[in-house]
Amino acid sequence: MVEDLLESPGPAPTPIPKVEMRGIVKRFPGVVANDKVDFTIYAGEIHALLGENGAGKTTLMNILYGIYTPDAGVIRVRGVPVRLRSPRDAIRLGIGMVHQDFRLIEAHTVVENVFLNYDGLGFIPKWSALESRLEEIASNYGWRLNPRARVGDLSPGEKQQVELLKLLVRGADILLLDEPTSVLTPIETKMLFKTMRRMAGEGKSIVLITHKLSEAMSVSDRVTVMRRGRIVLSKPTREATIEELSTAMVGAQLIGNTVLEERPTAPADGVPTLQVSALSVMGDEGVLAVRDADLTVNRGEVVGVAGVSGNGQIELVEAIAGLRKPVRGKIILNGVDVTGASPRRLMELGLTYIPPEGKKWGIVPELSIYENVALRVARYEPYSRLGVINWRRVAEVAERVVSEFRVDTASIKNRAGSLSGGNVQRLILGRELTTSKPSLLVAAYPTKGLDIAASEQVRRILSRLRSEGVGVLVLSEDLDEILELSDRIVVMYGGRVVGVVRRGDATPELLGVMMSRGVAVSAST
Amino acid sequence: MTLESLSFIEAILASAVSAGTIYLIASVGECVTERSGVINLGIEGIMAMGAITSFIITLAYGHLAAILAAALVGAVFGLLHAFLSVSLRLNQIVVGLAITWLGLGLSAFMGAPEVARELLKALNPAVPEYLAELKQAPRLPEVRVEFLAGVPILGRALFSQNALVYAGLASALLLWFILFRTRWGLSLRSVGENPALADTAGVNVFAVRYLAVIVGSALAGVAGAYLFIGYQPFWVENLTRSRGFIALSLVILSSWSPLRAIAASFLFGGVESLQFRIPLRGFGAETPQLIMMLPYIITIVTLVLISLASRGRIPAPAALGKPYSREE
Repeated sequence: MVEDLLESPGPAPTPIPKVEMRGIVKRFPGVVANDKVDFTIYAGEIHALLGENGAGKTTLMNILYGIYTPDAGVIRVRGVPVRLRSPRDAIRLGIGMVHQDFRLIEAHTVVENVFLNYDGLGFIPKWSALESRLEEIASNYGWRLNPRARVGDLSPGEKQQVELLKLLVRGADILLLDEPTSVLTPIETKMLFKTMRRMAGEGKSIVLITHKLSEAMSVSDRVTVMRRGRIVLSKPTREATIEELSTAMVGAQLIGNTVLEERPTAPADGVPTLQVSALSVMGDEGVLAVRDADLTVNRGEVVGVAGVSGNGQIELVEAIAGLRKPVRGKIILNGVDVTGASPRRLMELGLTYIPPEGKKWGIVPELSIYENVALRVARYEPYSRLGVINWRRVAEVAERVVSEFRVDTASIKNRAGSLSGGNVQRLILGRELTTSKPSLLVAAYPTKGLDIAASEQVRRILSRLRSEGVGVLVLSEDLDEILELSDRIVVMYGGRVVGVVRRGDATPELLGVMMSRGVAVSAST
Repeated sequence: MTLESLSFIEAILASAVSAGTIYLIASVGECVTERSGVINLGIEGIMAMGAITSFIITLAYGHLAAILAAALVGAVFGLLHAFLSVSLRLNQIVVGLAITWLGLGLSAFMGAPEVARELLKALNPAVPEYLAELKQAPRLPEVRVEFLAGVPILGRALFSQNALVYAGLASALLLWFILFRTRWGLSLRSVGENPALADTAGVNVFAVRYLAVIVGSALAGVAGAYLFIGYQPFWVENLTRSRGFIALSLVILSSWSPLRAIAASFLFGGVESLQFRIPLRGFGAETPQLIMMLPYIITIVTLVLISLASRGRIPAPAALGKPYSREE
């Protein structure tokens, strides 16, 4: 293997590309994930592949790792055109990938994980020799890793080292790291960057897939930005500015610098329906995901929450929807203190919640459309009496949902899971809105994964609610969408609300900088 | 300690080992199967098939052929289980129970005097047919390890047994070594923990699971053969009496390790043989049903204790019972 192609240390890349991807196209049903992408990796460089979620960067790397086959395009590894049919093909060519979610067997030891189905293993492997080999590699990178430890007992940082060891023992010298810092503490992150530097010094090539600008700036030699399946920028990191990268990432070119016009205010403007004060919420990892957040949504107003994903947005709306108990702070809905109230009580007080990933959290795919409608209404008369469901009434309202919200289906008896993403989202919205009139709608990523037309329909529904005097709180990863919909934009960074920008003052550049650096800029209120 | 109580203890230990070997062979095989992520609830029925096979083949061709035939019959049932549960990805619980009822029913049919007689005649016409109707076969001979069998207390239990007892112990040691010390074992355990990962690492998940189910079932067949020719060489319907299910729970008790299965099996063999000895001492003579429940009660109690001790997190193979299919 080419493991020991020692290059001169330091960031200067040699001009011979180790990997060349040319004109890569990958389509999934409804989306073009990679649209004629060119990507080059040199020996001894750390190459940051930057972009928002869904920009296509993981798809591109999965193609290079043999998980997906591209619909078009050429891949050359060390100058030779290759066809990668599986990760095993990639590994043979020295390409290895560490996924965001670790692919490890928790019940097994480090050495067992690393050498699973390793080619040079005899029938009765000499485990002690393998253990000392691991120790040697680990100490080379300054890791303290016990090869006999059970992987389930390791910290995320150590698990990542095990993943790297799996690749290193197989001679990989092109390492693709997918969001490697997302599960690491700041100290572990620093350690990982040191390791990456060292590996680059040994001539290995590293692709850092990330959506964090600061990481790309601090550790990479070269940076490539993807947006909506295309490469929008690629240059040496030292020639790039953080403003330029953030603009490229969030796609300001679509809107340009036009400031959106003020809209006529909605009927009940100025009366708050939701008041959140000093709210702190615990995340899944046991650290605070939301810190002292303040937020108000008035009637007839759309408030958009902008932020790079993972900055506390989802935890914030889950707390508002009663799905997560707040640690501190207060939530007031229409004048009633609802901190820690159950989702059912919130619903009865006028809150409607549209969960993210409708197909997963919003419907039961195995049940029919009308049964999914029944899930929402069956508790109330006239849809049920004494606990017995009146299916005729349910079917009537289901028919209304399907026709008013244009759910494209031949029959309400069809399985809800057979609907497309856009139809599922309209079914959920229709189900929630046909039978009750909320005063506050909280929608988490309502257009994520939908095609352009379906997204537009969802946005139209939200705008209509606004004009009817409903307060709308909406999460989106699409900055253009946030700008189009919102009267005010709340920017979150590191779990904090770092600024609130009025529609008239908001520009993509301003939001991009706030989102990526967490600084409140002037013009915030 | 009096000589009498010493010999009582020796007798208990000896019968603990000879009764425990039924569980040992079956549960060691099931350890292997479950480590690959497949649960085989059919071993009760496969044991019954092994027992009836050993009865008829012993009469026709002798002990060695009987043991091999029982293993073969077990393997065939294992192949069926693997086809249904691994290839067709049917629910493993349903498949296993179906195989249990199939094995129990088929073995009862084969054991009926007129059927057994015809089978014997077809296999070896030289053997007098009436032997099948006697429902008996010659027991496996004891193989005494002379210089060790005389050791007090443990000598008789461990060194004055038939060949299948030694083979059972050897298979436990061998399979433990294969599972935890060899490349195959690592692949097999990985398939049981995370088949998708093993698949991407190049392990043939389907082949591994087929093999693990077939090996485990062959051993269940041998356990049935031992139950008959090694332990109780008189054919009755329902000879296995749920021993297959006890073997299944012993797999949990031994936390999927063939080594610990030795201790667990002999412990339960002891419980089982006690149930025959306690009435002799007066207790429960009137109500043998109560004593007969003992092994099952102890099974439930130990499982509860294990669950409590591991705080509800029994370290089962993570993919146990889950069919695997490639996503794309």
